[in-house]
Amino acid sequence: MTSLFSPEGLIGLLFLVLLGITACGALIAVTAGRLIRSVAGLLLCLIGVAGLYYFLNSPFVALMQLLIYVGAVGVVIAFAVMLAEPNPEKQPSRGRNPLTGALGFLTSGVAFTGLAVLGLTTTWRRHVGPPPDGGMAAIGQSLLTTYSMVFELISIVLLVAIIGSLVLARAGREKP
Amino acid sequence: MNPPSEPIRLLAFLIGLIIFAALNAAYLVWLERKVAGHVQRRIGPKEVGPFGLLQPLVDGIKLMTKQILVPDHIDPILFRIAPPLLLIPAVMSFVTIPFSETLVARDINLGLLMIFAFASINVLGILLGGWGSNNKYAVIAAARGVSQNVAYEIPMLITVITMVMITHTLNLNEIVRQQAGGIFNWYIFRWSANPLMLVSFLIFFTCSMAETNRAPFDLGEAESELVAGYHTEYSGMGFGLFFMGEYANIVIGCSLATLLFLGGWQCPFGLWPGVHWFLIKLYLLIFTVILIRWTFPRTTIYGLLNLSWKILIPFALFNLILTGAMLKIWPLIFP
Repeated sequence: MTSLFSPEGLIGLLFLVLLGITACGALIAVTAGRLIRSVAGLLLCLIGVAGLYYFLNSPFVALMQLLIYVGAVGVVIAFAVMLAEPNPEKQPSRGRNPLTGALGFLTSGVAFTGLAVLGLTTTWRRHVGPPPDGGMAAIGQSLLTTYSMVFELISIVLLVAIIGSLVLARAGREKP
Repeated sequence: MNPPSEPIRLLAFLIGLIIFAALNAAYLVWLERKVAGHVQRRIGPKEVGPFGLLQPLVDGIKLMTKQILVPDHIDPILFRIAPPLLLIPAVMSFVTIPFSETLVARDINLGLLMIFAFASINVLGILLGGWGSNNKYAVIAAARGVSQNVAYEIPMLITVITMVMITHTLNLNEIVRQQAGGIFNWYIFRWSANPLMLVSFLIFFTCSMAETNRAPFDLGEAESELVAGYHTEYSGMGFGLFFMGEYANIVIGCSLATLLFLGGWQCPFGLWPGVHWFLIKLYLLIFTVILIRWTFPRTTIYGLLNLSWKILIPFALFNLILTGAMLKIWPLIFP
């Protein structure tokens, strides 16, 4: 049992706190009654994930997570919720279909068991030596060399998404 | 004398930065009222202390002793979370701003990115505050504030990417160090890097003004239409925190403009660089921002969004392409 005030103990505590933030955020996002609170929970969860990235020695990814997910994506989701639900008193009635709950439990159960089995059966290799460089230069280089295919594919996906949203936004408009 | 150990140094810096942010909020309000007064041919505050200099102090005491009214039908959690959510990221951004070569709390390699990451959070303060108030005017104001922020963050970030392409670093202190040696080495006059540097600066400055919801872009708090904007339901220090957050954001926007384009703590004629130059440039920019607020009328929300999407973003993109081309072509012409 390591002491709480040794470096290992503090690192473990930090990890647990970040994990707690992520889990709490996720729970709020799922269980909150009001949609806007779910969004706030989701954002808390994403902040926790950013903290975990920072914990894993990649400050660049952590800051990008904050900038893109908490800043941009979170704001867009909150904005959509504001447009979709002008009256916070009208709650969507829950559990209309009895099958919804059962299916939800089944899906999450399958996903959970799958991940658990995967995590338990994999032989984890312990990384020796200093942790790999998580800086911007290293990430940029690996994105443009080792993972260039993935990088290009993602840009195609984003292009498709942009064009798709333009088509959807234009569809409802009449020509002047 | 031994340099103090790292945690103590950091603590001292944090306390100093919080005091800096608070004093700035207090005295920028005073400056704002003075400038407003003189622009409108009045004197401005003058009763409390010489030149009204103690006015912010009295205002602060008034705000803190006020009863905090909490309306009935609000969202209790979001309503209380919003003001700190606006202020805390703003104060945290100060951590990486180099006031001089050595006077910087944390010289982080990703400083520029960190400021933008935190700046993107404070939109949420506006959004949740407006929504949590359960007030029509506040919700409209929040929606405006957010659409404005989203619209202006794009040209701002594109301009910053242009700057990063030129400077090759995200470390703010390093960016300032590259601008050493006189006024023509400041990035605003670096024609060789990009002939449109002045335009970059203007885009950045306009966007930072719009990001902080300043007039002529203060559609989020248009008093004539929206009572007071997203902080309509806040009283006492709840409103005070929103106010402090806004002024802290102005200071950060102007510091970034100073650091990226105007040479930060470098001297215009290459002598005695230091914190005084940074502060002089910073406050000149802030004075400009205040003067602009009191001399230009408020735009409309459509004018505002059109300015961003139809003018600033195309210009910023063109600028990005031009800079990329210049970076490749310039070394070929002048090897």
